[in-house]
Amino acid sequence: MQTFKGTKIVNGIAIGKIKIYKAPVYEINEELITDIAAEIDRFEAARVKVQEDQNALYEKEMKEGHKDTAGIFEAHAMMLDDEDSLIDPCKEIMAEGHTAEYAVREGFEAAAEMFRGMEDPYFQARSADVIDLKNAMLDVLFGADTANLQGTEPAILVAEDLAPSETVKLDKSLLLGLVTRQGSSNSHTAILARSMNWPTLIQCHDVADDWDGKFAILDGYNSCIYIEPEQKIIDELSAKQKADREKEAKLQELKGKPSVTKDGQKVRLYANIGGPKDVNAVIENDAEGVGLFRSEFVYLNSKTDPTEDEQFAAYKKVLEGLAPRLVVIRTCDIGADKTIDYMNLDKEENPALGFRAIRICLSRPDFFKRQLRALLRASAYGNLGIMFPMIISKWEVVECKKILEECRKELEAEGVKVGKYEIGIMIETPAAALCADELAEEVDFFSLGTNDLTQYTCAIDRQSANLERFANTHHPALLRLIRETIEAGHRHNTWVGICGELGADPTLSEEFLKWGVDELSVNPKSILPLRERVRNMDLSKYRTPKEEPKPEAKKVEAKKVEAEKPKGLFGRLFG
Amino acid sequence: MKEFKYVITDPVGIHARPAGLLVKEAKNFKSTATFIKGEKSAKATALMKLMGMGIKQGDEVLIQVEGEDEEACAAALEKFMKENF
Repeated sequence: MQTFKGTKIVNGIAIGKIKIYKAPVYEINEELITDIAAEIDRFEAARVKVQEDQNALYEKEMKEGHKDTAGIFEAHAMMLDDEDSLIDPCKEIMAEGHTAEYAVREGFEAAAEMFRGMEDPYFQARSADVIDLKNAMLDVLFGADTANLQGTEPAILVAEDLAPSETVKLDKSLLLGLVTRQGSSNSHTAILARSMNWPTLIQCHDVADDWDGKFAILDGYNSCIYIEPEQKIIDELSAKQKADREKEAKLQELKGKPSVTKDGQKVRLYANIGGPKDVNAVIENDAEGVGLFRSEFVYLNSKTDPTEDEQFAAYKKVLEGLAPRLVVIRTCDIGADKTIDYMNLDKEENPALGFRAIRICLSRPDFFKRQLRALLRASAYGNLGIMFPMIISKWEVVECKKILEECRKELEAEGVKVGKYEIGIMIETPAAALCADELAEEVDFFSLGTNDLTQYTCAIDRQSANLERFANTHHPALLRLIRETIEAGHRHNTWVGICGELGADPTLSEEFLKWGVDELSVNPKSILPLRERVRNMDLSKYRTPKEEPKPEAKKVEAKKVEAEKPKGLFGRLFG
Repeated sequence: MKEFKYVITDPVGIHARPAGLLVKEAKNFKSTATFIKGEKSAKATALMKLMGMGIKQGDEVLIQVEGEDEEACAAALEKFMKENF
C-alpha cells in the first residue's frame, strides 16, 4: 500500500480503480506556409466550431440546472469573440506565414500569460480558461477525437489537470472521484467538484502513470489517496462512505418536510441572506423564509446615497423571488466600523457603542424614509417583515413606527400600492433583552442578534485574540437573556427568532426549542442539517405530563389589530 | 459623454462569468463604454482586457460612455454593475 497527500476540495470517499486521463499532445508545424488566406479560413472555421461547442456545453449545463458552470462556457464563447486579445493577435501571426495551429498556440498562450501574471489567485486561475480554449481549438484543427478519454468503467480519474470543458464532458455516472497533480481551489474544476460533491484531491504531486488500473481509495477527509490499500483501510473507509451516503440521502429527503420535533413542536427554519444573489440558495436549501436580509449591500454598493428606486428594485426582487415566504429585511445597519464616504460619519473612539444603525436613521429621517418607502413599495410583491436594528428603548420603536406610518400615508396619497407587512426589532443589546416585555407591545416579532448580544453582554470584542480565554459564547448571562426574551415575547403574542450565529449552534438547538423559540435563521447550507436535528428531538422529557408542546407563534393579523388598540394601564406603566 | 463611478463589492471582483454578461450588455448599445481604474483602461466589450484590469472588491472604477445612445447605455451599465458586482 502507498499513501499520497494532496489538497482536498470536497470531503468524502471514493473507492475503485484508477483511470489515468491524458489529453493528446500535438506536434505543431513550425514551418512557414504560403497560402495565408487558407490558414485564416481554417482558423475561423475552428473558432466557430469551438464556439458552438462551448455554447452547447452552456445549454447542457443550464438544462441540468448548473447555472454556475453554465456561466463558465458562456464566458468561454464570449472570449472567442474577443478581437482585441485573441482573434487579432492570432491573425497577425498567421499574416506572417504561420499555420493556424501555430497561431493558436502562440496567440492563446500570450493571452493566458497575461492572466498568469496577475496578482490575484482568482485571475491567475483564469489562464486555465484560455488554455482550455487553446486545446479545444487544436483538437478541432488536428481533427482529434477526445470523446473516449474517460474509459468505459466507473473509475477514480487521475489527471495532470482538467480543463473546465473536459470536466463538464465527463460522464458523471462513471466518475467516482478526481485527483489532479495541478489545479487550484479557485479553478472551475474545483468549483464544479464542490457543487457536484465529488471527492476531489488537487495538487497531488506524486501522480504517476503506473497508477492506471490499480485499485485505490481517495480519502477526502484526510486529503490523501491510498493506492492498493490494505484490508483494514478498505473496511474502515467503506463503512465511512456508506455512512456518508446515507446521511446525504437523508438530508435531501428532508426537503419539503416540516421542521417539527417528534413530540410535535414546530419551529420555522429561515435563512440569513445578503442580497438578491442569495435567492437561489434559499430555495435550493428549502428554507421556509428569510429571517435576516442584511440591507447594507444597497448602501455599500453605491458611491452615492442609493435612491428609493434602486432600493425598491433590490427588495422587490427578493420578495417576488421568494413569495409567499416571509422575508425579514433589516433596515440600514451601517455606521462607525462600516463607514461609507457619502454618509460623512465622524470617526469614533468606540465604534461598537457609537453612532450606528437606528441611531443614524432616527437622526437623519430623510435618509431613513427613502429606505422605508422602498420597503413599503416592495411589500406589495411578497410577504415582508421590516426589522429595526440596535434598539435599546421603547421610544425608538415608537418613533420608527411613526415614520413608517408617515411613509405609508404618503405612498397611499400618491396612489402607490402598499402590501401587508410585519414589524419587528433586533434584540441585540442587553437593554432591549431586559426590556423585552415593554418592547414586545410594539412589535410583531423579535429577532435575537446573538453576535452583538454576546459582545455587549460580556463586554468582549470577539475579534480580539487576547480575549479568547475569557470569551464564552454560551455564557449563562447570555443564555438567560435569550430565554427571558423568548418568554417576554410570548407573553405579548410576539414571535421570537434567533438570527445570530448561535441559531445554528447544534449544542444549543434543543435548549432553544425547549424555551419555545419560534424561528431560527441560519446560513442556507445549515437549514437541512438543522431540520434533521429538530426532527430527531423529543422535548416531551422536559414537560410535566399535563403540559402541551409549545404552541406555534401567533398569526400576525391578530397582533396587528391588537397593536392598534389604545394601550391600557400596563402599556402606560412601562411606556 | 456620460460617466459614473462604481465601487466593486463582489468579493472576487470583475470575474469571468459576470464579466461575460457585462460584455453582452455593453454590446446591446451603439455607444462605446470604457472602464478606467488608475492607469488601466479597457472597453466594456473587450472581455479579457476587462478581466486583465484585475478589478477587485473595494476598487473604484470610472465608467465613461460615449455615443448616440450614451444616456441609455450608461443607465443600463450602472444598473448591471449594481446587480452583479
